[in-house]
Amino acid sequence: MNELAPNPLALIAELTHRCPLHCVYCSNPLELQGRRDELSTEEWSRVFREAADSGVLQADLTGGEPLARPDLVELVRAARAAGLYVSLITSGLPLDEARLGALVEAGLDHVQLSLQAAREELANDICGTKAHAQKLRVLDWLKQHRVAVTLNFVIHRRNIDQIEEMLALAESSSAGRVEFANVQYYGWAFANREHLLPTREQLTRSVEFLKRAEERLRGKIRIEFVVPDYYAKFPKACMGGWGRKLILITPSGDALPCHAAQVIPGLRFGNVKERSLHDIWINSEAFQKFRGEEWMQEPCKTCDRREQDFGGCRCQALLLAGDAAATDPVCSLAPQRSKVDAILAKIIPPSAAETPAKPNWLHRPNPA
Amino acid sequence: MTPDLLSYPRLAPGCRLGENNQQRVLLMPERALRLNGPSLEIVERCDGKHSVQQIIGDLQKIYSKAAPEKVEQDILGYLGLLQKERALDFIPANATEA
Repeated sequence: MNELAPNPLALIAELTHRCPLHCVYCSNPLELQGRRDELSTEEWSRVFREAADSGVLQADLTGGEPLARPDLVELVRAARAAGLYVSLITSGLPLDEARLGALVEAGLDHVQLSLQAAREELANDICGTKAHAQKLRVLDWLKQHRVAVTLNFVIHRRNIDQIEEMLALAESSSAGRVEFANVQYYGWAFANREHLLPTREQLTRSVEFLKRAEERLRGKIRIEFVVPDYYAKFPKACMGGWGRKLILITPSGDALPCHAAQVIPGLRFGNVKERSLHDIWINSEAFQKFRGEEWMQEPCKTCDRREQDFGGCRCQALLLAGDAAATDPVCSLAPQRSKVDAILAKIIPPSAAETPAKPNWLHRPNPA
Repeated sequence: MTPDLLSYPRLAPGCRLGENNQQRVLLMPERALRLNGPSLEIVERCDGKHSVQQIIGDLQKIYSKAAPEKVEQDILGYLGLLQKERALDFIPANATEA
């Protein structure tokens, strides 16, 4: 095995870009793929087998909304038959009790349910549709099944002050795990950034609350917290390093090293309709481009932290510094850090900014 | 957080043993732990039918060259780690006798 390219460990399978929700921070690209471009049941089943053969342990079935695929039960069965641990990353729409039962029966290991807020009005505003009540029903149904449950809250300036209520919701459910993931600023979130970035005070309060909660709930609920990296001193180890752990397949079969990689100009992606997943992982231009350290510039090139954070996020470097090979500008050592500081300097407290008027969101559409 | 010796550990919902390239692993949401030797022996017994005490006894027999107190300590430490990861439920002794 190539030393620079260890086995991928997880497959992120974006089964579709179709979604009944219109979240203002959606991680899908601005150019959404339509139904007719989607891989077939057979093609996905082959991808699952090839992934398992390459050493992948986990399949995250995501989207868009994976429930929009009528063949989802079959896909769960195929992924499980390939030997993968199967997670469903879902909004819970459109789902009923019978279909949930069929998914669990087919071998689903883990359901990660997204919630947009603790209170209905704000939750529905964020996702642009009346989804919250259905999500609470799904939480109730999940109590009947022997399956792992994660609640995922995407955090931003409008809901970060409800974090105690969100945790209470998690405690009243069967979740063994809860994620408070601050918005990452790519795609739709990048376009809506000024309406989403929390203030430093909001962030500090939430971190302190969650530290105490983590202590109290140890052994009962695992709490994961993802900070907004604009406020961090060092960048995140994006995707655990480029081409080191994760492979993402888009609805039409392109293999990406990360969700946002398509923003990098000139990067060519392999497609699973034409090449095996293993060949793409090892040899495709997109996966080789930022693997290892050869591509690094100063200060990353000689930095002691380069094996911890791999220079941060390539897509963020492109978006903020205009160069995908630059040090991630959120890093305090980056030559372009001043750009991030300038963005943060403009953040004003939410009370002064947008109450009671709603921000002028850019909601993502549902592709045909 | 030390597990009760009389309780019966069982893998939590959505946690299970798996295998890839001849390597046994404990699969759970967003994580996988490699299992070798003693860790595999422990996890295989986390089936709700072995008490913590019994698991300790079994492994003290298997690893009879190691000091028994050391084996006990290591097992409690490992079970505590799995508990923190939310990979185990501990069924109280009185709940299984009923």
